Amino acid sequence: MSATSAAVSHDLDSAENLVEVRNLKKYFPVTEGVFIPRVVANVKAVNGVSFNIKKGETLGLVGESGCGKTTIGRCILQLEKSTAGEIFYDGVDLNTLDQKELVPYRQKIQVIFQDPYSSLNPRMKIGDILGEPMRVHNIIADPNKRVERIRELLAVCGLNPRFIDRYPHEMSGGQRQRVGIARALCMNPDFIICDEAVSALDVSIQAQVINLLEDLREEFGLTYLFIAHDLSVVRHLSNRVAVMYLGNMVELADSDEIFNNPMHPYTKALLDAIPIPDPVVEANREHRIVKGEIPSPMNPPSGCVFHPRCDVAIDNCSNEVPEFIEVKPGHWVACPVVS
Amino acid sequence: MSKLLEIENLQTQFYTSAGTVKAVDGVTYDVEGGETVAVVGESGCGKSVTALSIMQLIPWPPGKIIGGEIRFDGQNLLELSEDDMRNVRGRDIAMVFQEPMTSLNPVLSIGLQLMETMQQHMDISDEDARKRAAELLQKCGISEPERRLDQYPHHLSGGMRQRVMIALSLSCNPKLIVADEPTTALDVTIQAQILELMKSLTKEMGVALIVITHNLGVVARYADRVNVMYAGKIIETGTAEQIYHNPRHPYTLGLLASVPRLDQERGTKLIPIEGQPPDLSRLDDGCSFRPRCRFAQDRCAQSFPELTNIEPGHEARCFRSNEIQDLREVS
Repeated sequence: MSATSAAVSHDLDSAENLVEVRNLKKYFPVTEGVFIPRVVANVKAVNGVSFNIKKGETLGLVGESGCGKTTIGRCILQLEKSTAGEIFYDGVDLNTLDQKELVPYRQKIQVIFQDPYSSLNPRMKIGDILGEPMRVHNIIADPNKRVERIRELLAVCGLNPRFIDRYPHEMSGGQRQRVGIARALCMNPDFIICDEAVSALDVSIQAQVINLLEDLREEFGLTYLFIAHDLSVVRHLSNRVAVMYLGNMVELADSDEIFNNPMHPYTKALLDAIPIPDPVVEANREHRIVKGEIPSPMNPPSGCVFHPRCDVAIDNCSNEVPEFIEVKPGHWVACPVVS
Repeated sequence: MSKLLEIENLQTQFYTSAGTVKAVDGVTYDVEGGETVAVVGESGCGKSVTALSIMQLIPWPPGKIIGGEIRFDGQNLLELSEDDMRNVRGRDIAMVFQEPMTSLNPVLSIGLQLMETMQQHMDISDEDARKRAAELLQKCGISEPERRLDQYPHHLSGGMRQRVMIALSLSCNPKLIVADEPTTALDVTIQAQILELMKSLTKEMGVALIVITHNLGVVARYADRVNVMYAGKIIETGTAEQIYHNPRHPYTLGLLASVPRLDQERGTKLIPIEGQPPDLSRLDDGCSFRPRCRFAQDRCAQSFPELTNIEPGHEARCFRSNEIQDLREVS
């Protein structure tokens, strides 16, 4: 097991970038006035984020609610128009393409949503939910062959092929999430954005879906952007992990590195906050609880956005925006105090 | 220590068009004064219905407590009149709900909600109630408590609202707090804050706590004793250490193997529990975990195993609980 994962990470070193995000910004305007709306403020959901994802890699993106992790996913999917920055997919900047030019990318980039209850159309049968995108993108033109492929995909995702004639309400949450995965796979994607794909599931079902995602990654050579708030799940699935706070990326490193040697005070706080399911380990663990609440992204703190909650902050932290710098090969941190 | 709460053979059922759902089917456990007891399980296992049964907040129709006893301080709560029960609720036993967004009244100020509860149960003047409300908010880590008293729930963040809920639950000096997934809706750093707060306050005030959760990490960090529920029954009970280090029911074993751990080496494959939880309206006489169990035998279909004693305080509801550790090694 460990031998294969080592081989994979070695391959990844030489692999080329599939996705490159450069200085991405997404502001949502806050307006006032009914007839003549004027912009009174901006919610800076994503405020200048850069990273890349290599072919075959899984990048984990973690952070608490409102940190902008979902917005990044939606910007890559072009469900949201970026305010500034570039998103290169296989060398092409998606932000510069028009709707027509985006069509092939909409097939190659797929998404699995969090809520298996609201992300499937309740009035469509499973077969239609999977068949329609295949028909639209002309992946399999022959309807009979399409049905065959749908049955095959359902089986791959651990579902009974007979589910093809069922409606979403006839299925449990775990089964629906498998349908969501099959729907992503039916487009023969290269890159899948998993947005909290296992968060709504019970632990025993969650483990089934995590294993399925791992198996599919190997079988189809997929690249994942795995967005989640649960660090233990992210660490389990990802090669590298990026931590976000209030629209900014604060740390990015190899999965083992970030958990064994976290540098940013926020990453440390996040790791400390997660209880380990073992009473003896917990009794001997130091619990430093980060103070305060997450500030509003409409009016973020000056300088480093984490400084009001940070216990190593110095005077300068409230004035200067920290640079995201590489302190060790592959380990990026946005904190001048610790680096 | 004396037993504060004793639940014996509690049965709560829901009568629906799809049949009778045995949501809680013979649950027995107790809570001692000042201790923290966790009830763990996945959705639909009956853990929340057990909590609502203690508070007698089961909506009829469709739900009804059809059997068993809930003795609190020696008194069977199920025999109390609705008026007497209303005096117990909020005063002796308080509840903290999961959803801080919906469990506070949106049209009443924070101060009024706290004062109303206190004046319902205690002989206290407006002025004293307001003063005590501010103190409670302060204790629960809310800054500028005086100003917050006049604010409404929508002014506060989720974490803040849950702090208000905790202040509310502590307002009448209860002996027991029932917390139903108190931190599930919150972010991890806020979850840690709230749990630390509950732990320190219950310790300081000597309040017993029942925490209902699906998060095994939370249980490990905070609970003295643990009850694991599956399909309406407690299938294993013991101290946190017994449950985590010497699990004797295949379901507990499966739960522990299916969560990724931060202190585990990366690349270890998770071992999920295959299949789905059963439909609670269509249970047979046999063990309800049998269809998902790796160690099931013929006798598991015949009858539901009783809780068998493993060591003092540690019981499991499995025919093979004594050999389960060896079986795990083999498979």
